[in-house]
Amino acid sequence: MIGLFYRDVRLSIAAGGGAFVALLFFLAIVTIIPFGVGPDLKLLGEIGPAVLWIGALLSGLLGLDRLFALDREDGSLDLFIMASGRQPLVLTVFIKCLAHFAGIVLPLVIAAPLLGLLLNMTALSIGATVLTLLVGAPAISFVGAVGAAVTVALPRGGLLVAILVLPLLIPVLIFGVSAANGAVRDPDPFMAPFLILAALTLFFAVIGPVAAAYALLVETHPIAENAADPYEEDGWFEHSETVGQEK
Amino acid sequence: MSHFFYIAAAYIVSAITLGGLAAWLVGDMRARRRELAHLHETGHRRRSDRQETLREIE
Amino acid sequence: MNESTATAKQSFITRLANPSRFIGLADRLIPWLTGIGLALTAIGLIGGWMAPEDYQQGATVRIMYLHVPFAWLAMMVYGVMTLAALGTLVWRHPIADISLKAAAPIGAVFTVLALFTGSVWGKPMWGTWWVWDARLTSMFVLFLIYLGLIALTRATPEPGQAARAAAIVTLVGALNLPIIKFSVDWWNTLHQPASVFRAGGPTIDWSMLWPLLVAALGFTILFAALHLTAMRTEIWRRRVYTMRRLAAQRADSAVRGAA
Repeated sequence: MIGLFYRDVRLSIAAGGGAFVALLFFLAIVTIIPFGVGPDLKLLGEIGPAVLWIGALLSGLLGLDRLFALDREDGSLDLFIMASGRQPLVLTVFIKCLAHFAGIVLPLVIAAPLLGLLLNMTALSIGATVLTLLVGAPAISFVGAVGAAVTVALPRGGLLVAILVLPLLIPVLIFGVSAANGAVRDPDPFMAPFLILAALTLFFAVIGPVAAAYALLVETHPIAENAADPYEEDGWFEHSETVGQEK
Repeated sequence: MSHFFYIAAAYIVSAITLGGLAAWLVGDMRARRRELAHLHETGHRRRSDRQETLREIE
Repeated sequence: MNESTATAKQSFITRLANPSRFIGLADRLIPWLTGIGLALTAIGLIGGWMAPEDYQQGATVRIMYLHVPFAWLAMMVYGVMTLAALGTLVWRHPIADISLKAAAPIGAVFTVLALFTGSVWGKPMWGTWWVWDARLTSMFVLFLIYLGLIALTRATPEPGQAARAAAIVTLVGALNLPIIKFSVDWWNTLHQPASVFRAGGPTIDWSMLWPLLVAALGFTILFAALHLTAMRTEIWRRRVYTMRRLAAQRADSAVRGAA
């Protein structure tokens, strides 16, 4: 279990892993923002938390298409499924999510303060943003796991993951940025959105692995799972027709 | 009477869009029906075709 | 489908698992649904034009008779898809997957029409095409989810290969929609304290309400007709796919047998 965690983290940090590319992508996003909105330091400082959050969100999606695809290619996914008697697949997926967070998202969070300086953010603002990222960013891995799992058997799954996952992550973005801004701007609250953010992460920590594990089960073993497989006989849904006649 | 322009735009665009959707669905349906008919003519039949007609009679 | 304690309703749904029977039913229903839907929609819309104009909004209130049914359908179609997703995952009903795949583009069209009519209504009323209002934003996210599902259900050459994937995403989306609505409400009150909507606006007069209800019912029945048509087409598409594949297999084995 812990071995799996270390293995995944090592894979993502090692050469050719996703961590470095994600970090560069994060850097690229944050760097192009001033060219888009202009070098107004006051404005940059104000939108800083939002820029860091959006950058982390997009960069965190990068490694997702490889989350289960690599395991599927080298066959370890089948081993996970066969071993689900000893260790439930949900737990395996949960650990893989944590490893994705530690291997790809966490370096982004650690790099965020440096990029925050580029954006002229105050120390308080940087601290609040990093704190909200630490609490909220695991949700990227958990929701992303669902997208990665359902597209694991599909061609061109990588972009689909982003399309499917981003709308679902809007709440995380809203409360993450709200809390980070709330710590700095006076009338806005900090605690309320921060606690909701934590609740969202916990919620996705349950929903994500369950849905992803289920998706992996049915995607990798379609025939065994589906009693009424439509494609094995020429009389399309032959099975269900006989089932219908039994009644 | 610029309000009329907005109302007309809403109704016309809705009609065109829904009409387009219906046309697309019907066109898709006709194409599939043609393909099925073509397969039938070339002798590909489903095993249950005969049973189906019986079932439809009862 | 091993529920031996099949009630009358269950057995009816189980019987529909036979695609031929489903097609037979759809063949009979579609003309009626189309006719009734068109008639009710026409009655509702004409009734809407006859109804008095709103004292505040003037003639633009006519857009309401399109906008409200579209918005209602945008949500109802997602409800239908959620039920279909449950049907795929829990009961493994073969038609459920077809229902989900066929409903997604129709739902997306109704959502985009709801957004468009809302935008056209908003321009003369509020002076802008788009506000990041809570309702509009939630609708827009719903539209994005529809688009993602359309992309997912059509991502493979083999129709229906992504069935379970689409069902899982639909369910996760259904769980998420209330959260998205809630968070967008929160975000909106933070950014836009003066809402353009009157809080607890006046109740609608009956003379305007009945055309609205009739139009909504008409559009709903029209959706049913479109949905059944799309489902029937999808069944045919899968038949064509299977028959072509079998034909190729037979040709292949014939060539091998000759050689």
